[in-house]
Amino acid sequence: MQPLLTVNHLSKYYGDLCACDRISFSLYPGQVLGIIGESGSGKSTLLKAIAGQLPIDAGEITYCDRAHQLINLRTLAEARRRKLMKTEWGFVQQNPRDGLRMTVTAGANIGERLLDIGDRHYANIRAEAMDWLNQVEIPDGRMDDFPSTFSGGMQQRLQLARILVTRPRIVLMDEPTGGLDVSVQARLLDLMRSLVRTLHLSVILVTHDIGVVRLLAHRLMVMQNGQVVEAGLTDQVLDDPQHPYTQQLVSATLIP
Amino acid sequence: MTHSPLPTPHSPLPTPSPPDLLSSQRMLQADSLYKTFILHHQGGAQIPVLQGVSLTVQTGECVALQGPSGSGKSTLMRSLYANYRIDTGDIWVKHQGTWVNLPALEPHELLSVRQHTLGYVSQFLRVIPRVPAVEVAAEPLEELGVDSESAYAKVKGLFQRLNLPERLWYLSPTTFSGGEKQRVNIAKAFAVDYPIMLLDEPTSALDATNREVVMQLIEERKAQGCAMVGIFHDDEVRERVCDRVLNFG
Repeated sequence: MQPLLTVNHLSKYYGDLCACDRISFSLYPGQVLGIIGESGSGKSTLLKAIAGQLPIDAGEITYCDRAHQLINLRTLAEARRRKLMKTEWGFVQQNPRDGLRMTVTAGANIGERLLDIGDRHYANIRAEAMDWLNQVEIPDGRMDDFPSTFSGGMQQRLQLARILVTRPRIVLMDEPTGGLDVSVQARLLDLMRSLVRTLHLSVILVTHDIGVVRLLAHRLMVMQNGQVVEAGLTDQVLDDPQHPYTQQLVSATLIP
Repeated sequence: MTHSPLPTPHSPLPTPSPPDLLSSQRMLQADSLYKTFILHHQGGAQIPVLQGVSLTVQTGECVALQGPSGSGKSTLMRSLYANYRIDTGDIWVKHQGTWVNLPALEPHELLSVRQHTLGYVSQFLRVIPRVPAVEVAAEPLEELGVDSESAYAKVKGLFQRLNLPERLWYLSPTTFSGGEKQRVNIAKAFAVDYPIMLLDEPTSALDATNREVVMQLIEERKAQGCAMVGIFHDDEVRERVCDRVLNFG
């Protein structure tokens, strides 16, 4: 099995501060990789660096695209990178307001990504948008409403629909369940889990919630001070934590 | 003129070799496993649990791990599933016709071994709230690419045999009793035809009727050639289904 994404010795500095220190890993098709760590551990910086939203100081990021071409993301021309991000990648923001356009309807939020990649058939776009609203369990009747009238959980599901409509192969998520209350979280987790399987998505999921990675992630990396201090299968890391920081993290959780 | 001899390269460490392929009956072989827990936040306490444990399991055989609490049987069991990471030793597993050594595998390779070869009946059931029991138990089959309809049919057959009331099948197991959760776990593991199964107290919360069903399931699987390792606190179950005992402590 070929990895979809390979990150090799990625480093990122903010001045003298090393936010990501020689991070390496491979992501395989259909896998969910969780990244946990406290605030300031570098996990969100890593995610942004992988998505090309931040320049990196050292290292390589290699992506195997739909046509099985290996692409060096670090040297990829900006126009091609943008296109790739719209067609093969998706980024789920922690705050749905950052990932949605609040001034256009729910349907238009989904349709916009299709317009972006050149779809011009209005009826098709509307049908696709409707289909995706259904998949993320938003009632048809809300299609022409503005996202600002949606609850937080619905906004987050709309953000998923907006991203998934272009059938991305990799989805990066930054604290997707943060700020949602527990019952809403459960619904989103269930939805994400079934979407990962049915769409064969590969996901990098950044969170500080051990419960979320336990249920969603196949593999786990634990970050502290910009370094990966422990990695393995999720159940290995959580049931048999080896590093002092991971042991602290797991023992501090009520129901790990 | 004398030449100082070229430094001879260190002879490479003997690489662990897989068990003799000729002994085709062998499914699982653990060699000299060592495992010490280090508790960094409790004064760096070191708890040696496995000290040179070895175990071989043949096809169609069930080996019981026996010993008092804290003697390391659960640690061995979890190590055989690569849930715990051993310090040294080899765990050879016959996976799709070749021998693989679990401690040497990459995470994605381990996932494949678990998906196809190693089944595990856990004492715990962790689920996303909202997901119905039938879907929870069908997940391993679906991940193998079996269509939902066949997967659900297989799981429902097992639920029926395990006397799990039908009204529970479409509810989330989060509110189930211990015995109900245990039966969901058993159905989940027995739905797939794993060549090797690890059973962690599979009957601990079951009544006599369902204990009997589980013993029959185990015996059927053994007859099909499944190699099994189990922890059974119930003497009657152990004596009936196990061929050998590995003693701890």
